[in-house]
Amino acid sequence: MEWNFKDGIPIYTQIIDEMTMRIASSAYAPGDKLPSVRDLALDAGVNPNTMQRALAELERRGLVYSERTSGRFVTKEEAVLRDLHEELAKKYFEELTEKLRKIGMDDNAIKASVNKWMEEIK
Amino acid sequence: MARIEISNLTKNFGDLTALDDVTVSLEQGQIVGLLGPNGSGKTTLIKILNGLLQPTSGSVTINGNAPGVATKKVVAYLPDRNALPDYMTASQLMDIYEDFFEDFDRLKAEAMIDDLGINRKQTMKKMSKGTKEKLQLCLVMARQAEVYLLDEPIGGVDPATRDYILRTIISNYNENAVVLISTHLIADVESVLDDVVFIKEGRVVLHKAADEIREERGESVDKLFREVFKC
Repeated sequence: MEWNFKDGIPIYTQIIDEMTMRIASSAYAPGDKLPSVRDLALDAGVNPNTMQRALAELERRGLVYSERTSGRFVTKEEAVLRDLHEELAKKYFEELTEKLRKIGMDDNAIKASVNKWMEEIK
Repeated sequence: MARIEISNLTKNFGDLTALDDVTVSLEQGQIVGLLGPNGSGKTTLIKILNGLLQPTSGSVTINGNAPGVATKKVVAYLPDRNALPDYMTASQLMDIYEDFFEDFDRLKAEAMIDDLGINRKQTMKKMSKGTKEKLQLCLVMARQAEVYLLDEPIGGVDPATRDYILRTIISNYNENAVVLISTHLIADVESVLDDVVFIKEGRVVLHKAADEIREERGESVDKLFREVFKC
């Protein structure tokens, strides 16, 4: 898995987004143990404090949990994962809708094209 | 107490002011970038921290001590130019480091030297400029120091080695140590830094967390640097 950081956005928010994606896509499956902070920092080429801060935020959001001695794990809570998928779907849909509105499509046209393209893009 | 305390530090060379009333404190557990263009005073500051130059006024302390024997024990210093005898081989230089520094980890140095493909039996004189720099960095980073003062550690090496060096700095990270990296190659180091210190004409013009800069300004540290130091 590759890390790509964009300019002008805090690294730690980008780490949160990337890790969230990895959890949502089951690259890190429910119950999986995450690599150590140091290994993740090395892999991403970032400061270990920044990685630590991002993981703490993921923990606060309930996506990962710590076990005192054995490290961090991806949550097994189905409700949390369902909410995460919901939230991501909404975000992507907002982005899509915004772009389509920008090119002049109204809601009916957007709905029609969603159905149309769902058929064509398999 | 901060690990490195720099208070009202001024350094004049004749009528040239190289450092002008610099006050900075650096906490342990941080990787800090000392960023400024050529001639801004980065090397002068690092040399004062190493006791190689004396302040004109003001003071610096490391663990509360002025630069001296006690601080040299805990400071691993990479100078901006070769300071090692170049008739020696990599192996012999490791012997010297082992003799001089209690915290030198020989196995670690050997592993790094091998990783970077440096011939242990070759004298430094016969090494390319980049290889000399790599070797010095291996020796410095193989110490378990409390303070690392790295003066342009990535300036003269190829991008692959640059990545290796930055990975070494990350994997070497420990919460009791502070790493100060002076450089003008900001894009390469910025993801590794906690804090950045901008130094301009001998004055500190900014000391901030790198992520805070990206958050507040919506731009990279590199871009901000180009603005602040626009020629």
